[in-house]
Amino acid sequence: MPSTVVAELRDITIAFPGVKALDGVDLVLRAGEIHALMGENGAGKSTLIKALTGVYAIDSGTVEVGGRPRRFSGTADAQAAGIATVYQEVNLCTNLSVGENVMLGREVRGRLGIDWSATHRAARTALELLGLQIDTRTSLSSHSIAVQQLIAIARATVLESAVLVLDEPTSSLDRSEVEQLFAVVRRMRDTGVAVLFVTHFLDQVYELCDRITVLRNGRRVGEFPTAELPRRELVSTMLGRELARLEAIEDRALAVGAADSTVPVLRVEDLGRKGVIAGASLELRPGEIVGLAGLLGSGRTELARLLYGADRPDAGHAEVHGRPARLSSPRAALAHRIAFSSEDRRSEGIIPDLSVRENLVLAVQAQRGWARPLSRTQQDAIVERYMTSLGVQPPMPARSSATCRAATSRRCSWAAGSPRIPSSSSWTSPPAASTSVRRRRSSVRSRTSRPAASRCCSSRRSSRRSCASRSASTCCKTGISSPKSSTRRTSTWMTSSP
Amino acid sequence: MIALRILRHRLFWPIVALVLLVAINTLSRPSFLSITIKHGALYGSSIDILRNSSQLMLVALGMTLVIATRGIDLSVGAVLAVAGAVSLTYIEASPEPGSVGTVTVAVALGLLVTLVLGAWNGFLVSVVRIQPIIATLLLMFAGRGIAMLITKGQITTVTSAPYAEFASGVILGLPVAFLIAVVVVAIVGLLVRRTALGVLMEAVGINPEASRLAGVQSRGIIWSVYAISGLLAGMAGILYSSNIMAADANNAGLNIEVDAILAVVIGGTSLAGGKFSIAGTVIGVLIIQTLTTSITFLGIPPAVTPVFKAVVVIVICLMQSRRVRGLLAVRRRPVAPSVPGTAAIDASAAVSK
Repeated sequence: MPSTVVAELRDITIAFPGVKALDGVDLVLRAGEIHALMGENGAGKSTLIKALTGVYAIDSGTVEVGGRPRRFSGTADAQAAGIATVYQEVNLCTNLSVGENVMLGREVRGRLGIDWSATHRAARTALELLGLQIDTRTSLSSHSIAVQQLIAIARATVLESAVLVLDEPTSSLDRSEVEQLFAVVRRMRDTGVAVLFVTHFLDQVYELCDRITVLRNGRRVGEFPTAELPRRELVSTMLGRELARLEAIEDRALAVGAADSTVPVLRVEDLGRKGVIAGASLELRPGEIVGLAGLLGSGRTELARLLYGADRPDAGHAEVHGRPARLSSPRAALAHRIAFSSEDRRSEGIIPDLSVRENLVLAVQAQRGWARPLSRTQQDAIVERYMTSLGVQPPMPARSSATCRAATSRRCSWAAGSPRIPSSSSWTSPPAASTSVRRRRSSVRSRTSRPAASRCCSSRRSSRRSCASRSASTCCKTGISSPKSSTRRTSTWMTSSP
Repeated sequence: MIALRILRHRLFWPIVALVLLVAINTLSRPSFLSITIKHGALYGSSIDILRNSSQLMLVALGMTLVIATRGIDLSVGAVLAVAGAVSLTYIEASPEPGSVGTVTVAVALGLLVTLVLGAWNGFLVSVVRIQPIIATLLLMFAGRGIAMLITKGQITTVTSAPYAEFASGVILGLPVAFLIAVVVVAIVGLLVRRTALGVLMEAVGINPEASRLAGVQSRGIIWSVYAISGLLAGMAGILYSSNIMAADANNAGLNIEVDAILAVVIGGTSLAGGKFSIAGTVIGVLIIQTLTTSITFLGIPPAVTPVFKAVVVIVICLMQSRRVRGLLAVRRRPVAPSVPGTAAIDASAAVSK
């Protein structure tokens, strides 16, 4: 089916201080096609999207929309040119009503200014197309994140755009909501909209997309029709490594997982917090990665926060290395060398105006107290160690962390100080597999904890962070993946069995 | 490249403003910069400015720390008045108002009370979690009432030679008040920059939640900056009352909080908290003090003084605004040939927005 090109990015280069985020990347979006943008963490996906939607200025290269060269000076510009974007983090006004959010800037006008009832009617129609039956006069903040995500998409449909950019729209949706979303995206495709879809879920790519562009380290590896790129090859294309080598890691990982006679590093029993989690139990052994899986709202994040003391547990007890421990605050948890990497990097992870160095040593300094400052040499040692082991690019410790890309700043956000147990909430949400796969063995285990909170299941990914300490065990949270993976030990790098 | 770096330094415009103010003053009255020696002490307009700036310097220093943690301390003027009231009331009641011992106890008492008042502010903000502006507003009004209670509604005047030394004394030709300010600035500067206190304060000010998750004890830090601010305001109160040798509960430190906040902002510390600059605050204080002095020199009627001050402050703040700088930079761009590396700088500017 020959389809017309709606938007074309050619030879796009964007440089940040010291690093080329994009280096001569091409991207072609065709009408009536869903195009997946794939690549591991830091490959440049978000940067490319931001180049298309006018957030970043392009250093060199051309953007053509509808056959005409364009130069967007901002998102409003891009929107006017017919490019609608739905971001991973919902970008709506929580204090406005649902209808106002959907129709913002597109209100129906009557003789006396805005005709509110007609506006809300139009919003309702747009929402119903997505299968959402909600009162458009309710406040946006009264709805769950998933519903807000769908509302954001409804807003994009109202704009009648030629290009719809979906930046990880499914990361906070459950299965049925994803189905709902996909149905809408397909319908939009059939009306001739070009869709750019970014996700980390390989299943979803094969379910939905017609074409795949793969990025690696800021360069385009290639563009493939989905049918011609089997899943395993996609993974190795994204990673730039041979399949055989990845398979070898899989075997080793399973071998490590087999031994479980050791004393757990962290054990919690009936850990709970009123109105949040009704008692969850969990064991974490040395050298282990335990995933917490569950539907949205099942308490994955909440349990991770309790393990770290980010929220104070009001029931249950915890043991670290077999000895009772009170995990009542982040400070207490850090004292037991439990670290935490928040899913909300920007608001909970980094201190934006401080340098990468200051961010890296902050937790260690906080433990020592203000009166015992780390000397420059000690700081350098910590910074050097973590910059190398976590692969912070570019290695510029003096740089303000606010200017780092997402992938970099996430690595910087992590509390240093050779903690033993990174309790992570969703930092694995960036893509399948990562460089650390080759760095160390990681085991993925199936483990069952008590009901409400979570059924622990295998994580799809290995831990970047696990390389921090040889004895690190990791507890990480993942979105629900394919049903198979919860009953079966999978390798660390596959989304699901091929 | 070096010129560019100087131009981009965040204290560049404040320093330019200060130099400009001094230049205008010197032009209109050539004797402005001249310093003479009488009886072993230096005299001159610039020395006056240094001496008069000491109170504001102390208050603004505390304000800088408070603002760095995302807070604000409106009570400094009232706390300043309390310090004077406590010290002078003690001296007045003592049998030997002129003895060094009495003055030492009086000053210690005054500073202790203001430290407690500052700690009270810190308690309200860090433990009770009242918004700083409201928490310190309480003491801004209540403080003058407390001072009134202490002085029983009178303006307490005393005669005590050692106490007068704080404001009018001279050591090595320099005013004691100025030397006190210099020493305190140096101590606080060392305290925040040679220990980790400064970075932890900035972390709390920039992102309280991330700081908490990194294990920073924000409660203790916030509590102590308010206590320090109270203490420094107390020192300013001692200087003020020593200057007039009277405890005036109504007028001591009136509106000094506004000048202090202005000095902090001129010095480049954002009211949104985070990165702070003590050097910036020092320059900010000198600008405000020079401005106040030059208004008298230039014969500007007192009625329009606030307008004149406001204009200068607005101009300085505009020059510091990233946005305004960006606009100026855009206008310059077509002239300057594109240098390799500028693209990266532009990109960083774009990202940091």
